[in-house]
Amino acid sequence: MQELFQQLANGIAWGSIYALIALGYTMVYGILRLINFAHGDIYMVGAFAAYYLARLLHAGGPEPSPILAAVVLLGSMAICAGLGVAIEYFAYRPVRKSGRLTALITAIGVSLLLENLGIRIFGADPKFFPQLVAPRTITLMEGVIVTNHQITVVIISIVLMVALTLFVQRTRTGKAMRAVAFNRDAASLMGIPVNRIITITFAIGSALAAAAGVLVGLTNPKIEPLMGIMPGVKAFVAAVLGGIGSIPGAVIGGLVMGVSEYLVVGYISSTYRDAIAFIILILVLLLKPAGLLGRNVAEKV
Amino acid sequence: MPRKSKSTLRALAVTLVIVAGAWALNAAGTAYLNPYVYRILVLCGINVILALSLNLVNGVTGQFSIGHAGFMAVGAYVSAAFTVYATPRFFGVMPGASALSSALPFVIALLLGGVVAGVAGFLVGLPSMRLRGDYLAIVTLGFGEIIRVAILNIDAVGGARGFAGIPQRTDLAWVAAVAALTFVFLRNLIRSYHGRALLAIREDEIAAEALGVPTTRYKVSAFVIAAFCAGVAGGLFSHYTYLHTNSFTFMKSIEVIVMVVLGGMGSLTGSVLGAFILTALPEVLRFASSERLIIYSLLLIVLMIARPQGLLGRWEFSWRRLFSRRPKAPTEVA
Repeated sequence: MQELFQQLANGIAWGSIYALIALGYTMVYGILRLINFAHGDIYMVGAFAAYYLARLLHAGGPEPSPILAAVVLLGSMAICAGLGVAIEYFAYRPVRKSGRLTALITAIGVSLLLENLGIRIFGADPKFFPQLVAPRTITLMEGVIVTNHQITVVIISIVLMVALTLFVQRTRTGKAMRAVAFNRDAASLMGIPVNRIITITFAIGSALAAAAGVLVGLTNPKIEPLMGIMPGVKAFVAAVLGGIGSIPGAVIGGLVMGVSEYLVVGYISSTYRDAIAFIILILVLLLKPAGLLGRNVAEKV
Repeated sequence: MPRKSKSTLRALAVTLVIVAGAWALNAAGTAYLNPYVYRILVLCGINVILALSLNLVNGVTGQFSIGHAGFMAVGAYVSAAFTVYATPRFFGVMPGASALSSALPFVIALLLGGVVAGVAGFLVGLPSMRLRGDYLAIVTLGFGEIIRVAILNIDAVGGARGFAGIPQRTDLAWVAAVAALTFVFLRNLIRSYHGRALLAIREDEIAAEALGVPTTRYKVSAFVIAAFCAGVAGGLFSHYTYLHTNSFTFMKSIEVIVMVVLGGMGSLTGSVLGAFILTALPEVLRFASSERLIIYSLLLIVLMIARPQGLLGRWEFSWRRLFSRRPKAPTEVA
């Protein structure tokens, strides 16, 4: 029983990282119908941006200050928001009208570009992420131990997700985003600046991915330029699992993925860790083809 | 001569020409090319088979599969296991066996790999009854990954160590012959009654269904045929170079898609061109050592922005058109 709770705790912490990445996928997909393959690599850039910021500010000393940690987190999010906007402007906007596969290949190209630039600039060898928050362990209950890093990850994720939901549901821009996702042409006819909304979407999605990158740096302090590939794919699977285009769906999908991975690691074998996500995905899609919370859109003839 | 036997004769003649041509190519390749170029040509040929077969699903039928490497892995491991475990038992160990006597077990191994991959393709094709577009894509991706992880956990084929001890059977002759046969087969398929059904599904699935095309059966068939070809390509691959599941990751599937899209979706000659360019490009860029993958990815983005329909679009390269005085308007066969 303790083992189960321990794995659940680990899974929730890891799943909230998937959820943060999945949010960016689901938002971009909802608006552009584009699988933004570069998203996982933005998460990688987020981790590296935080690494260099932390070194610049000497934030990783023996006495870490929470203010500096927050500065590093926000700085990395800002850098990645800019990067996401630039990618959209230079790579995705020119191919927006050329069909979805073209856009997909462009996204793959951007993903490869970020990975190889990462290898060139940051170096292929893993780097050790500085301790932004002094590590401590907390005993939740008899035999269930979590680190304060894991708690931080969950809390920051929840804060960001609530902020995002409020933004999308309660602000004018959020309303415009929902309108563009619903029908881009109609939104444009209603005077919504579609291009600006798409830019904002990329900025927010990329900032969330950067936050995920920084949080991963806290819990698993080894970062390298190819670290974004697998979490990127799995976060996308999480978004599809929850119903792509749906924000709560992305969160649920991410948590399901994280928890099921840790249960497999704890009870079966860590070698099956990468397969379980996909098995769950296929089962869910066969039963509910639009994902857990996705709307089933009838095809118009 | 009755029509049936005439076409059989013609098929035989084409096969003979292909085999002879491949053999001659291999002889020339061994004699005049350095081993490095020879190796790249072999890998080009394997990629040509993969790109052609994926084109049947993605380009011709208009479905979207991003798990092609999974089928290749199935074919690679099944045929390798056959060669390592079954061939010595059924065909005996023939010390100093001639090329001809080792050819039969190799053909069986390749076909077996193809058939098992085809069965996997059938299983993946089934969800396409319910899923469309990106959802189907993500299922194929998931299936490819599941296959890879499953193989990684089978100890008899080496697991994480990689599968060692596979005799090298593949050479340029085999690869060229299989690639050419795949090309001819797919070209004839696309021009046939069945091919037009596949094209109809691509253009408008609902309209095709309304006109009586059994769309599910055709979609699943396209998956099975593509998976079979990918399995054979995998068999060629596993009998050529070191076999490890790392060769069949999600990135390999992506690489094949890029070949298809770059060459032009639905254009078979485009797939051949795309496979050659994308296999050779990283090698050509070797002079730039550490920057080569950066240049490669930049080229990919620029090409997609400049020529979104791929290099050939839906156009097919043809000698006849090239040499005829009065060029006909391009017929959109595929």
